[in-house]
Amino acid sequence: MTRIRIVLPHHLRELAEVESPVELEVADPPTLAGALDALEAALPVLKGTVRDHGSGARRAYLRFYACGRDLSHDPLDTELPPEVVEGGEPLRVLGAISGG
Amino acid sequence: MATIRVLVGTKKGAFLLTSSGDRSRWTLDGPLFGGWEVMHVQGSPANPNRLWASQWTDWHGQVIQRSDDGGRTWEPVGNRFDYRGEPGTHQWYDGTPHPWEFKRVWHLQPSPSDPDTVFAGVEDAALFQSDDGGMTWTELEGLRTHSTGHDWMPGAGGMCLHTILIDPGNPRRMYVAISAAGAFRTDDGGRSWTVTTNGLSSNYMPEPEASVGHCIHKLAMHPSRPDTVFMQKHWDVCRSDDAGARWTEVSGNLPSDFGFPIAVHPHEPETIYVVPIKSDSEHYPPEGKLRVYRSRTGGGEWEALTRGLPQEHCFQNVLRDALAVDALDPCGLYLGTTGGSVFASSDEGDHWTPIAEHLPRVLSVEAQMIP
Repeated sequence: MTRIRIVLPHHLRELAEVESPVELEVADPPTLAGALDALEAALPVLKGTVRDHGSGARRAYLRFYACGRDLSHDPLDTELPPEVVEGGEPLRVLGAISGG
Repeated sequence: MATIRVLVGTKKGAFLLTSSGDRSRWTLDGPLFGGWEVMHVQGSPANPNRLWASQWTDWHGQVIQRSDDGGRTWEPVGNRFDYRGEPGTHQWYDGTPHPWEFKRVWHLQPSPSDPDTVFAGVEDAALFQSDDGGMTWTELEGLRTHSTGHDWMPGAGGMCLHTILIDPGNPRRMYVAISAAGAFRTDDGGRSWTVTTNGLSSNYMPEPEASVGHCIHKLAMHPSRPDTVFMQKHWDVCRSDDAGARWTEVSGNLPSDFGFPIAVHPHEPETIYVVPIKSDSEHYPPEGKLRVYRSRTGGGEWEALTRGLPQEHCFQNVLRDALAVDALDPCGLYLGTTGGSVFASSDEGDHWTPIAEHLPRVLSVEAQMIP
């Protein structure tokens, strides 16, 4: 298992009643899919709020970033960047800028 | 003395207003679920301290919250709404086929007798039921798979199932309404559905008397008269006295028969309320005067209720779920505006007073009486 940190947007921190970043144990090899699986296992209330229940697709108004790079369109089985795996950088879940 | 609790859903959270039965001093709690769009908050008739809330955002989708202590604490419950089988398509705005896609829950209707059973009306239009306190949801797919389903089309606000009326004497009978598909009735608990739009005419449709395509804004029913249903349509106020088999227009002397909500007096089945809006293009009150109209004759003859409501320069709307009645005698009325005000009347609508102001845009208002 690999320990990583995930930064969550405000609405999800409020919903899950957690501070950010969240620290999680991710199965090896640590991938984006593994990180999301670990997030939903630790905080089941977030199921359906980051990726769709049925399809597992990332919700359209969210993106995944790490080390200044957009991971949103990478295959979900792509391994997380070394800086995230080594604990130096978090994985960031970002919501689209929106008004209203 | 009874307690009255008013449940307010807004664009940026939920608020609870509470008063003793004299309805003279209100306390405000909230925002709950701050920043989330709260489409509807509703209490269980079988257990008034069990509340349900539908919260939603474009970012994170749907969350359903449940409270078992009258709103002091909340627990997120099931938020998985899967259409049963292959969802198929309905019509898009341009008439092309568009896949059914779940977006959000517009309306939560608890069972009149079982606190663990609740129905959810969703966008894209479908009806879901939970029998386990909201933990899991099952679609009553007979509605969406109705033979007319592929011809349904969204209104500008989305193809939403926004009204669920349950006959308390025969819970297997329900009415639902969908913008802009129409009105439907089931007599077998949701397995099969009948289109109930005969008598309606809508000039915005290529065939004004077609069976589907009517933009029903809201239905209302007195529990003692389940065969009589009142309707505020996208133009026209109507009634049916044969369970939706035939509708008659009762707009009468209203200054405009366009509007969103409609409500029935809790003790007078022929007393109904609407809030006229100028037109489908101008969603604000005629002449800048916010007026509730009351008919004591089941429609046709209407009187303006104005005392305490803004009578100049008011350009706020009252949305379809934002008019409610309580069960006291004399009954109370509550309305929420798109400008963030909640007005209350404790004398059947004769006099009104603001009980909350400067809230976010009000999407829904419900009133509970707690003995």
